[in-house]
Amino acid sequence: MHTPVEIEAFLERTLLKVQKPARYTGGEINQVVKDWDHIATKIALVFPDLYDLGMSNLGLAILYELLNQRPDVLAERAYAPWSDMEAELRHASLPLYSLETKHPLAAFDIIGFTLPYETLYTNALNILDLAGIPLFSAQRNEGHPLVIAGGHAAYNPEPMYPFIDAFVIGEGEEVIDEIVDVQQAWKRCGASRQDLLLSLAQIWGVYVPSLYEAHYHPDGVLSHLEARFPEAQLPVLKRIVGKLPPAPTHFIVPYIDTVHNRAPVEITRGCTRGCRFCHAGIVSRPVRERSVAEIVEAIEQALANTGYEEVGLLSLSSSDYTDIVKLVEAVSQRFVGRHLSISLPSLRIESFSVDLMDALKDSRRSGFTLAPEAATERMREIINKPVSTGQLLDTARAIYSRGWHNLKLYFMIGHPSETIEDVQAISDLCKAVLAEGRKLIGRRAQVTAGVSTFIPKPHTPFQWVPCDTLEQITAKQELLKRSLRGPGLKLNWNSPEDTMLEAWLSRGDRRMAEVVYQAWLGGAKFDAWKDRFRFDLWQQAFTAVGLDPAFYTHRLRPLEELLPWDHISTGVRKKYLADDYLRSQQGVTRDDCRERCYACGILPSFAGLRRLNTGDVWQCPEVKSPQGMADRLHPLAINK
Amino acid sequence: MIRTRITFAKTPAMRYTGHLDLHRAWERTFRRAGLPLAYSEGFNPHPRLNLASALPLGFTGACEVIDAWLEQDLPLPDIQAALQCALPPGLQVTQIETVDLRLPALQTELEASEYSITFLEPCPELADRVQALLSALSLPRQRRERDYDLRPLILDIQILPMGASHPLDGSGQPQLNLRLVAREGATGRPEEVIAALGYDPQLVRVHRNRLLFRVG
Repeated sequence: MHTPVEIEAFLERTLLKVQKPARYTGGEINQVVKDWDHIATKIALVFPDLYDLGMSNLGLAILYELLNQRPDVLAERAYAPWSDMEAELRHASLPLYSLETKHPLAAFDIIGFTLPYETLYTNALNILDLAGIPLFSAQRNEGHPLVIAGGHAAYNPEPMYPFIDAFVIGEGEEVIDEIVDVQQAWKRCGASRQDLLLSLAQIWGVYVPSLYEAHYHPDGVLSHLEARFPEAQLPVLKRIVGKLPPAPTHFIVPYIDTVHNRAPVEITRGCTRGCRFCHAGIVSRPVRERSVAEIVEAIEQALANTGYEEVGLLSLSSSDYTDIVKLVEAVSQRFVGRHLSISLPSLRIESFSVDLMDALKDSRRSGFTLAPEAATERMREIINKPVSTGQLLDTARAIYSRGWHNLKLYFMIGHPSETIEDVQAISDLCKAVLAEGRKLIGRRAQVTAGVSTFIPKPHTPFQWVPCDTLEQITAKQELLKRSLRGPGLKLNWNSPEDTMLEAWLSRGDRRMAEVVYQAWLGGAKFDAWKDRFRFDLWQQAFTAVGLDPAFYTHRLRPLEELLPWDHISTGVRKKYLADDYLRSQQGVTRDDCRERCYACGILPSFAGLRRLNTGDVWQCPEVKSPQGMADRLHPLAINK
Repeated sequence: MIRTRITFAKTPAMRYTGHLDLHRAWERTFRRAGLPLAYSEGFNPHPRLNLASALPLGFTGACEVIDAWLEQDLPLPDIQAALQCALPPGLQVTQIETVDLRLPALQTELEASEYSITFLEPCPELADRVQALLSALSLPRQRRERDYDLRPLILDIQILPMGASHPLDGSGQPQLNLRLVAREGATGRPEEVIAALGYDPQLVRVHRNRLLFRVG
């Protein structure tokens, strides 16, 4: 195997030839370097895209800090090299390496990928290839690292099933320790790789795909997933933490600019709103909050450790944080005059949100963002984001009159039952908002419309509905491009081909893995990059494999169909999702579930955890049922 | 308000951090140090930091200079101690002093820079080529589609004896010392000199030894 010295020597001669060489050097403040030869378990945490993106990923930052707190573990980082650096590595026949100590990835015990979105899949394969690690799990032996993956895309792991030894479904903070323990025990006793996989499969939240076999009906629909070993759980329940652990504060500060070059502090996890298109809203239930004191302290610590001039208070819906007023007051008092910019994204459409931003002394530079998601009240009821148009215009007036010039509005086209009138309404609404702005601040007022395309995501109430076709999307976008124009108006949209790829990958079954593999063989990588994405390679891959992409994306799936991700349980019952889907067809909305519990299934799934974490830590009701079978932390926790 | 003048080394850990990012690294260092960096007034306040001279990507420097304005008058040893704990790998403070608030901007005072060049590959006919370069009356070159004459920007080139003790040595390859003009609008670039000598500017290590400021 290549040594760090060889890799350093290569870097010395190569880095001036590539763009942004600091992507490949490591050495930043707060990176952790341990004594390689005296650490039992070495883990490479990999974000399968550029350093510039990966450095802003909070999930990996959490794991990096937690893992490095263990004296018997070291965690280092690796990212996808850009094509210029990849060419240099391949030309020199050198493997991808870790930034901290320049060890080849193959020298690590565990490779942990984060897969926050699906368009990273080919990059993950490319990284394994650059590391000299066999792409297919079945081809790896006891001498190869264990390859694990987690992140939001892993809630439908099937399109990546043959490449990943074990998926982590859900939150990583606790399960990662258990994985390390199992790996260490396995290494000590020198058992086979299959033994390691069987042990991992018994950890709550770990899915080992090679222990299952998928069977299909003649029409291509999944018939059943067979567990081939008694250790293989069915379903695999996601892992969650009962209480959010202390927020990470030792962020590595990059030497170059990155997408979110700031200290992120997660104020809550989960969301109670129940927007029917929202994947994160379902998979990250239940809502758990950090206290105001905890958040303020985390900001203070993070600033002291990093020197960042920007703080991002992260959540799926900031306005819903229980003590949002107290939080904003505390933050603005504590950090006033420190030349900080504090962002509070995901605010509700109400003028109170403008008060919150005002209190944070937002610099107004970046504009104010609202996400109505749909432009007619009918449509917003179908997607369960009920906001009246009047309320939206009131909020817009408050925004323009309080000093912001640019209002960014996010919409989606392609919602179920959308008509061309609903699309036209996006343009009309933007113009109505701009007209309000003009009345208040004249020609300085601007509206930027960001229009993406709806993808029916797994585990959501809309998981059964078809996606718009390329032709439908194009026609809707053409309408918007024609009508949403003029001074003060700007329109951004996603290419329909990007949407198709994301839809195929997020809705795929095990057979899709062959398409991913063929696409990568054909040269697909950096699919999330506009100038790199090659739709033709994916079409060729489907042809080569003999699959029809429309089967995955343009078919209304019957409610009784077994879906490729049904063996992965988010804790929310499929019946609840189906009920909510039927309600949407009747235009019936559901309130915020803080007001009233709709029994989505989270509480019975995690009753034991809720009982241990009482009060406002969770935004679910307390468990009232007597302690019983449903009360264990997890079916498998009993065995441990 | 005080104006501090800091002499610092930019070491290999930060070789690939460009000028703007270095500026930001300094701002964050002051923030970590808890020192009251002064900010400009106005809609979009900027930290009052002023680097004497941009160091191109890939170069290291022994005696770089930055001016930093602090809102409070603090004793120098306290400032130095606070910075020391907050510096990122890749920056080392060698000297710190307070200077008159009314002094002109550092860039306008810069006259010349001294560099040492370590070759990563053998470089045939080095002595002859250096001699030829220094003897030339003009060295017409093109950079970013602009024609210019490199020769008047070269003040001196010296070949160091092999194996001279240099912080970056280790390659066993020859080293050069360059002294180049570094005035606003007339800056000699070491990689241009290497290219003019007929060598690959990507296969050298460049270390800036000294910044020479106008005296008085």
